[in-house]
Amino acid sequence: MNERIAAKLATHRFLALPFALWAVLFIVLPLFFVLFTGLTNGAGNFTLENISTVLQSEYLKALGLSVELALVSTFICLLLAYPLCLILRERKESRGLLVFLLFLLPLWMNSLLTTMAWQTIMEKHGLINMFLAYLGLPEVHLINTSAAIIIGMVYNFLPYMVLPLYVSISRIDESIIEAARDLGANSWQTLRHVLLPLSLPGIVSGSTMVFIPALTTFVISALLGGNKVLLVGNIIEQEFTAAYDWQLGSALSMVLMVFIILNILLEAFTDSGEQGKKGRS
Amino acid sequence: MMEKLKNGYLGAIVLFLYAPILVLIAQSFNASRYRGQWTGFTWQWYERLIENEEIIAAFTNTLTIGVTSAILATLLALVTALGMRQMGLRGRMLFRGIANVPLLNADIVTGISLMLLFLGLGLRLGYDTILLAHIVISLPYAMLCILPQVLSMDDVCYEAARDLGAPPVTAFRKVILPELVPGIVAAFLLSFAMSADDFIVTYFTKGAGIETLTTEIYAELKLGVHPEMYALSTLFFCGVLVFAALLMLNYKVIRRYREAGREEEAA
Repeated sequence: MNERIAAKLATHRFLALPFALWAVLFIVLPLFFVLFTGLTNGAGNFTLENISTVLQSEYLKALGLSVELALVSTFICLLLAYPLCLILRERKESRGLLVFLLFLLPLWMNSLLTTMAWQTIMEKHGLINMFLAYLGLPEVHLINTSAAIIIGMVYNFLPYMVLPLYVSISRIDESIIEAARDLGANSWQTLRHVLLPLSLPGIVSGSTMVFIPALTTFVISALLGGNKVLLVGNIIEQEFTAAYDWQLGSALSMVLMVFIILNILLEAFTDSGEQGKKGRS
Repeated sequence: MMEKLKNGYLGAIVLFLYAPILVLIAQSFNASRYRGQWTGFTWQWYERLIENEEIIAAFTNTLTIGVTSAILATLLALVTALGMRQMGLRGRMLFRGIANVPLLNADIVTGISLMLLFLGLGLRLGYDTILLAHIVISLPYAMLCILPQVLSMDDVCYEAARDLGAPPVTAFRKVILPELVPGIVAAFLLSFAMSADDFIVTYFTKGAGIETLTTEIYAELKLGVHPEMYALSTLFFCGVLVFAALLMLNYKVIRRYREAGREEEAA
């Protein structure tokens, strides 16, 4: 009798019950806490004041800059990762694993420390300027600029672009590319009309995976921007840890959530597009 | 020509990825306490590492929180995946969607929302809240590793084992579990990696008086990171390097065996 119950339980959907509880408590409820804090004042009364404060020009400016830097970083990541994945695809069998491990290993170094190492590379008397001086070239001013933040973002988030892109590019059937070649397409046409459309899901999911962390980081901008370039993440962090204006911080987080939802929708949209194509063929 | 260009490109990217790591390794042998000035070679930071109690404590916290949260996240993911097998498509989609929220959400929003929850529930921020938060953020990654394997699993073997008289627990242990081991190992490793490298969520859920490696580094950044920290990360990176090399070797050996087997079959 006991055994039969155990057997039933071992393959029953009740097993998903702990997760349902978990999800309500630790995934859904926390988001309601953010909404509640963002929509109330210190006394716990409902107010839209925080939201309207967020829409003030200085916060909007920081948000605009964050979106801009995140978009640029995402684009650079894509530009760097695409040829890389094409080359990796060619070497799938031979040295593929070695090359792949080479790209995964840096992820194991603490990202705060590597970001800090970029300070050493980019600062006024840093490695880049030492190298330029050695060549007799004028020095460049990188640290504490938007460019430094972008380099830091590209460094930190490039793997998020490479992984989904590599999966989607390596899945493309070699015979399709050969067919394009046989039909007289040159490399550029093959890329434009065959590879790009087929790897679109990878491009979108890689881009969404880079865009959100780039939009919301406060560490990279604090270390490489020297607190001279304020991003949304920095403002939220300051509201919570220095200014103790949790209502405003939550309201800003709610604005970020709008971008996150847009991002999820974008990805869901291209995903279903792919399935539609599969269904037709 | 084309081949040279490709190799050059790969080389440039590898240089970009490893430049800061090389800087950190060089830093760990730098006699000067401050980065950016080289005053000679030394082993002293490696020797002092063991005596630096703050770093050792942060390291211990990172390790125990990482292992505990990875075990719990993997277990929860496994149980949930087994339960999801019996669900309809709709229920599965809903569960998967909810499970993916921490993965798609921004770290800073996850961190803040968990902090507000913990304080709202009257918990004191500390070791336990970091642990809970780390389970929350690594669970979607654990599910990502385990769920596809569980869903594609065949019932036939399990039922055959039951028909042959194996009690359910034995059948589960001997038939289902071995099939899932690769996914479980991957889930554990990925969860641990997520926990060990997380800074933002830990930063908001940690409270005063407890540090992990990442929060300790962040706290030191303003005054200059202890060079012992560079020594520790260099040691850790070398460990990962050795592990990766062994993996490569293992892969090559396995492939050679397989190829040998294939040739034998063909002959």
